[in-house]
Amino acid sequence: MSPAQLIPPDPIAAGVAGQAVLAVAAVVAAVVLPARSRAVAAGGLSALLGVGGLVTGVLALAGYEWSRGVRGVVPALDLTLRVDALSGVFCLVVGMVAAGAAVYGIGYVRPGANVHDHGGFRDHVRGVSPAGSRTAWAGFAVFVAGMQLVVVAGSAAAFVLGWELMAAASLLLVLTEHREHPAVRGAGLWYAGMTQLGFLAVLGCLAVLVVHAGAGDFATLRAASGTLGGSQQVVVAGLALVGFGSKAGMVPLHVWLPRAHPEAPSHVSAVMSGAMVKLGVYGLLRVGVDLLGGGLSGAGPSGAGLSGGGARAWGLIMLAVGAGSALYGILQAVVATDLKRLLAYSTTENVGLILVGVGAGQLLAASGRPELAAVAYVAALLHTVNHAAFKGLLFLGAGSVLRATGLRNLDALGGLVSRMPVTTSLVAVGALAAAALPPGNGFVSEWLLLQSLVHGQAAGGVTTALVMPAGVAVVALTAGLAVATFVKAFGTGFLARPRSAAAAAAVDCPPTMRAGMLLLAGAIAVLAVAPASLAPGLDRAAAVLLPQQNATVAGVAGSRADGVVGSGGGLALQGLSARLQPLLVLVLLVVAAVLVASVARLWGRPRRRDALAWGCGGERLSPRMEYTATSFAEPLQRVFGEVLHPEQDLAVIPTAAPYLDRRVRFSQRVGDAVETAAYRPALGLLWRLGESARGLAPGSVHRYVGYAFAALLAVLVAVSW
Amino acid sequence: VSGGAGGLVAAVVQPLLLAAGSPLLIGVMRSVRARVEGRVGGGVLQPWRDLRKLLRKEPVSAAGTSWVFTAAPVVLMASSLVIAVVVPYLSTDAVLPGTGDLFAVVAVLLVGTVALTLAGLDTGTAFGGMGASREVTVAALVEPTVLLSVFALSVPAGSSNLAAIIRHRLSVPDTLAAPTSLLALVALVVVTIAETGRLPVDNPATHLELTMIHEAMVLEYAGRDLALVEWGSWMRLGVLLGLVANLFVPWGIAGTGDGTGWAAVTGGLLLAAVALVVKVGVLGALLAAVEVFLAKIRLFRVPELLAGSLVLAFLAVSAAYFLLPVE
Repeated sequence: MSPAQLIPPDPIAAGVAGQAVLAVAAVVAAVVLPARSRAVAAGGLSALLGVGGLVTGVLALAGYEWSRGVRGVVPALDLTLRVDALSGVFCLVVGMVAAGAAVYGIGYVRPGANVHDHGGFRDHVRGVSPAGSRTAWAGFAVFVAGMQLVVVAGSAAAFVLGWELMAAASLLLVLTEHREHPAVRGAGLWYAGMTQLGFLAVLGCLAVLVVHAGAGDFATLRAASGTLGGSQQVVVAGLALVGFGSKAGMVPLHVWLPRAHPEAPSHVSAVMSGAMVKLGVYGLLRVGVDLLGGGLSGAGPSGAGLSGGGARAWGLIMLAVGAGSALYGILQAVVATDLKRLLAYSTTENVGLILVGVGAGQLLAASGRPELAAVAYVAALLHTVNHAAFKGLLFLGAGSVLRATGLRNLDALGGLVSRMPVTTSLVAVGALAAAALPPGNGFVSEWLLLQSLVHGQAAGGVTTALVMPAGVAVVALTAGLAVATFVKAFGTGFLARPRSAAAAAAVDCPPTMRAGMLLLAGAIAVLAVAPASLAPGLDRAAAVLLPQQNATVAGVAGSRADGVVGSGGGLALQGLSARLQPLLVLVLLVVAAVLVASVARLWGRPRRRDALAWGCGGERLSPRMEYTATSFAEPLQRVFGEVLHPEQDLAVIPTAAPYLDRRVRFSQRVGDAVETAAYRPALGLLWRLGESARGLAPGSVHRYVGYAFAALLAVLVAVSW
Repeated sequence: VSGGAGGLVAAVVQPLLLAAGSPLLIGVMRSVRARVEGRVGGGVLQPWRDLRKLLRKEPVSAAGTSWVFTAAPVVLMASSLVIAVVVPYLSTDAVLPGTGDLFAVVAVLLVGTVALTLAGLDTGTAFGGMGASREVTVAALVEPTVLLSVFALSVPAGSSNLAAIIRHRLSVPDTLAAPTSLLALVALVVVTIAETGRLPVDNPATHLELTMIHEAMVLEYAGRDLALVEWGSWMRLGVLLGLVANLFVPWGIAGTGDGTGWAAVTGGLLLAAVALVVKVGVLGALLAAVEVFLAKIRLFRVPELLAGSLVLAFLAVSAAYFLLPVE
């Protein structure tokens, strides 16, 4: 049987249907089966659901498209499904992370039989973990299925349905451990508030489009967007930015991220950070670029609506928001001491980088350079996939540490390299990728992003000439600080000597957790050495975002903008002399390292001796003398003190003898400056409004009858207007 | 014999030349400094003698360290060697396509830095952590300047490929004296100083606890490991000075224009090697002579220096756009 025969006539339809069946099966398994077999069955089925998404995504990237009108299942709702290459990218992202996280979850939710107790850290692991409950496993499957529905939706109703399934299921999952940790409740409240406000914005945005077009499927919306009025375009674009931006964790709508990600069970954090946040990017691309493309693109011959200026402004806004998110996210990450909070802020940073790519793409498309825009879009999409792989892996690694030690605080960790060797090695792979260093996969997409900005300057125009260098500077500073962040996270969290008893007694995680992490590490390896395998698919996805290209750039070879082509495993930019061969860089590094090591061994004395580290004349070093994560980040915190506003408290407690037994107590907290400056006052105002609104309801029936009468009058007046 | 063979030979000879020459470069710089200060100095060959001595001694690991500590010197040396292979020092004919990109070179350099900082943290001592923290701070703040300088240099050539940039600068010598080029030169020199831990950012000769950066990080290394750390760090200086030299004084480098035949190719490469040695030697001597008049600045003044160089790099990019015709 040839491979061609193995693929069914409509492979995407089979993939989508398979995912639906698997999702239902996983939910049933989670609800019906007893605790003993629940994790394996529900986790296994969820993993298969993820693999289904992965395969569907790969097929969509390979060029298969599929659409199907689903009308009448729910009365008056058009639930059309549609899969193209752009959907494929995100299908792949969701499926990849979900598969790894589900396999990992099987071991993660098991009662920690091989875990010791240290000072009451881990009542929640010792007993039956709430993450292994019926609700949690069913919620996990619904969460993944909801995300896939968002991606394959071909109409506004299907999109909104998937969006709300995803939002509700993820909220449920964030609240999993609310009995064990009071902090979970606060995080849940923030997340609920932000995600539902975002949902309202998304709903409003799509409602305006649907009312204007008169139908709900995306093809009609796309065709009708060209005739949107100027103010309508602004409303739609603004609501899309708020709604999808809050899901993507874009500054200043990121405040839920550093709360919800740390408090959710770690395999859920991995899916939220690796996959769900990306759907905010998907929404921005699908609605903001694809659907609005007809109206906003300046290249249209009529120049109607906001035309070139509008598309340019939209691109500039995306660039500015992306750059701000990237910088603010990484600055918070570099000073964070909570491992999962650090990873959450790093997600904000990476989404910022993705948005920089999207913004550059829009700007270049508006300048009439679709081939350059395609490079920027491909960079953004490749970084989306790359970030999903490494951030998923890092959250799973953080979960292993949390399960083994009960700690997220880097200042109390350390020494895990000898106690949890497998987890440490896998986290090292993820950290290398997240720091955007070769030979990691993050480096490849950041290289592509930088190339698109450098070559973007050729598009001409003073705006471009100033924006592109500023973009490069921001990306570069972000990359530098990301290196500092992950050196800190890995160096203080996993290397050196343990700083607490809990860290000293850590043991490595069970096989299923390792398997889940290995899966994502494998994805990183593939993406790192053979990014070319994704290039044609990403070019197809970028072409979706440049629909008017054929009309405007006559003469460009081929029907789509081949921005980035694979060349022998590496990447090359079409028509530009920019090439990267990550595999060759890796081979060179390995060969050089082997050469150096063997020459040094042959030449020098091979025997190695252990001795005490230099203790400044003292004999033994105590772990308290080690640099901690806080002290490691202190110079950078001082340099960026104006942005971070750390709160420091130094209390000197004197005793009767002034030079003896004096105790000095230092504490420091770096809060979120955006939250303090914007959200606290707003929440306070809301609270005061609520308090004063009490006066409206004094309990008098006469007053209430009066209100009803006034409301009736107002409605009558409004109707007869 | 075509130019490709020249590129192949260059890819083999370059790392050997830079590995052998970097200790001599350090020797020259130390001698210059000694002479200017009125001392005799240890001679140009002293770094090589030091290396030989250290390589013969047994490596000592600090108790409680992991594979990261053992691997870091090898990774540092390997990263310097990789750069010596992929950067066009002797010939603009690249034999390894897709590696000679300036962004990639900068990233590989950073791999070496990260290896040493992780090793510093792995020792679990206050010094190791202190050095690592400071090194990473400087590296993070240098990054925007580096990449903007790369940007400024790649705008006129239309590529960030090093061979393409050097070829373009050779064919249009006007670009060498253009404001873009000069601004980028100053920015890159500041970067080189910061990345290699020279004065006024770091003092390579100090072992004073409160001021050292690089030395604090590698305090626990001994014997063979220390030899690799020293050698790798010296090579970083060599490869960066060589890069600056070839970007701003590109003459002498071999290329396809030299003609074919063994004699032409070999002659071109020999000439290029001599030119590189002279350029890097002069640059190193200049750097050493200037360093005599400088004191190390406070750690928290370093960001100001780097911010200044960032502004220069930004101006360089802007000048590239506003002062040069862009196709």
